[in-house]
Amino acid sequence: MAQQRYRQLTGHSLPFWMLIVLHVIGVAAGLGAAFYMESNGHFVTGMNNQTVWGLPHVFAVFLIVSASGALNVASVSSVFHRLAYKPFARLSGVLAIALLCGGLMVLVLDLGRPERVFVAMTKQNFKSIFAWNIYLYSGFIVLVAFYLMSMMDRRLAKRPGVNTAFGWSAFLWRLVLTAGTGSIFGFLAARDAVSGAIMAPLFIASSLVYGLAFTVLVLTTMSFETTESMCTPDLIAKFRGLLGIFGATTLFLTLIAHLSKFYATPTHDIELFLLRDGGAFPVAFWLGQILLGTLAPLALLAIMPNGAAGISELVGASVLFLIGGLSQMFVIIVGAQAYPLKIFPGYEVSSSFADGAINAYAPSPPEFLLGLAGISAAMLIATLAFRLLPVLPQSSASSGA
Amino acid sequence: MSSCCGKSDGKSDGKSSCASKERRGFLKATGAFAATLLAPGVTLYAFGGPAQARAPGAQRAPSEPASANVRWGLLIDINKCAPDCNACVNACNEENGLKNTGRPEIDAQWLRKVALRDPKTGAQSSVPVMCQHCEQPPCVDVCPTGASFKRADGIVLVDKHICIGCRYCMMACPFKARSFVHEEHDDQRPHSPRGKGTVEGCTLCVHRIDAGGQPACVEACAKTGGAMVFGDLNDPESAISKALRQLPTMQLRADLGVQPGVRYANLK
Repeated sequence: MAQQRYRQLTGHSLPFWMLIVLHVIGVAAGLGAAFYMESNGHFVTGMNNQTVWGLPHVFAVFLIVSASGALNVASVSSVFHRLAYKPFARLSGVLAIALLCGGLMVLVLDLGRPERVFVAMTKQNFKSIFAWNIYLYSGFIVLVAFYLMSMMDRRLAKRPGVNTAFGWSAFLWRLVLTAGTGSIFGFLAARDAVSGAIMAPLFIASSLVYGLAFTVLVLTTMSFETTESMCTPDLIAKFRGLLGIFGATTLFLTLIAHLSKFYATPTHDIELFLLRDGGAFPVAFWLGQILLGTLAPLALLAIMPNGAAGISELVGASVLFLIGGLSQMFVIIVGAQAYPLKIFPGYEVSSSFADGAINAYAPSPPEFLLGLAGISAAMLIATLAFRLLPVLPQSSASSGA
Repeated sequence: MSSCCGKSDGKSDGKSSCASKERRGFLKATGAFAATLLAPGVTLYAFGGPAQARAPGAQRAPSEPASANVRWGLLIDINKCAPDCNACVNACNEENGLKNTGRPEIDAQWLRKVALRDPKTGAQSSVPVMCQHCEQPPCVDVCPTGASFKRADGIVLVDKHICIGCRYCMMACPFKARSFVHEEHDDQRPHSPRGKGTVEGCTLCVHRIDAGGQPACVEACAKTGGAMVFGDLNDPESAISKALRQLPTMQLRADLGVQPGVRYANLK
């Protein structure tokens, strides 16, 4: 088999420059929004003492979960020895790091005291899943960086055992990372909407969908930019199958999560709120997550033509899966806080602190800009890596992989 | 540094980062050497033996760590709590410098009155709710930096110096007892600093307790309905322990097993 060659991204087309400028503006706007929020205080946002996590957390968790899934292609190649994916393993690793950095940027900039982020690294409460996640996230970046090095360094590349070891380590690490991210919500015993062990596998399944969707979109963009067809018909067919399986798995786990809450009497009301009576949340769930974000892309994948002609449907399905992911995070994170805590089960309650009331949340523009900046930052980091490192496969060999 | 915000009191017996602990370690070493020469009382002090339970109303010396022999708690008799009385809430706000900014969604409320109505019987009551100072506090479990912590005497506090403002404790608290400081506040109380971007909640007026006093809400309540009893749950002779033996009481969300230090009587 011919040796796979890689290239750096050189010289940009006008549309690609426009894309870069758009993302630079996105990051600048997000940083400006964060500065505005931090200098004034969080009262300028839509978040308050009832809804303490808002849009920034929706975007941040979405990106972190996607980062884990973006490593799919690399994992399939190194861990499951599927050679067709091997040419894209480098891109997969770079994208995973970029998405995680974007998510963490949003998470940190939304802290009440972002300048104390180093406190979180020097003082830790190891009973906190949040503290564990700090290690899981930073460890993921380091591990994937070594994994990339094992693929790019000529001496290390000659020792496949090293690559396999890092591949396995990164694969297992990302499973724990996504389980840990899901457990941030699953461990909240008093939040009926999200508490439960199913959050860990649900987040793992979701990560596989969103990460692969991001990979498809980046690969397609790079194909246009380099005028090399990276998405071969064989690869399109494989991505189609994987996205279908991952999307269906996420749908199944979502179904189980909600059915189990419907089965238990104490959580009937929260389920009815999220799925029927809760205003924006049923809309986000049924329209955003289920219809547009799951069923529509699954249908697209089912009807897409075989071969290279199916790329449009694959891209469309990927975009829809990402919309579904943001909707899912909105329902999980904001919806869980919107329904009042049951401090006095069985009573009708009211107070000056919104006890017993549905908590309103109106996202503010700065929050939205900060969230979008996370995506832009991830795309810029990936682009920079594509320019500086030999990450993109050259098509002459990729079809034979 | 006031006891409610700093670690000097709050973690003196639970965290090893305090300089006083290093000094104590040094004293231990030298004390061990001199043990045979010095009087037994001095040796006992140098080894930092467990502090004895403090008599109610007795002031704690600044160098004396909070004692695990004490478990501060509150008993609130709902029968004595008038629905239209806000004396405890007003006292809390005044004591801790909490102001009404006209934006209830972001204003901090360390103590609030919750109106209850039983839909089956129509029975109504009004219940003061604050940090329940749990024995197993979920806010402490989830805090990534350890800023949320529980003193040895059961008081749950926030170390304002290492709170990063992630609000995970607010997500985890089953009683919605914590508030986020959404903006700068002037005219703060020296014993109750309120840093923008950090989380805060009822301190059980720890500065008063350490000075041998009672929480401001309890003091104010005593002048009106007398619904609140404060004291040491570990002391069988304390007023609160005696009242707990006589009255049927309950904990909020007892099903969660967090063992609140606040108990309610006649909650129906």
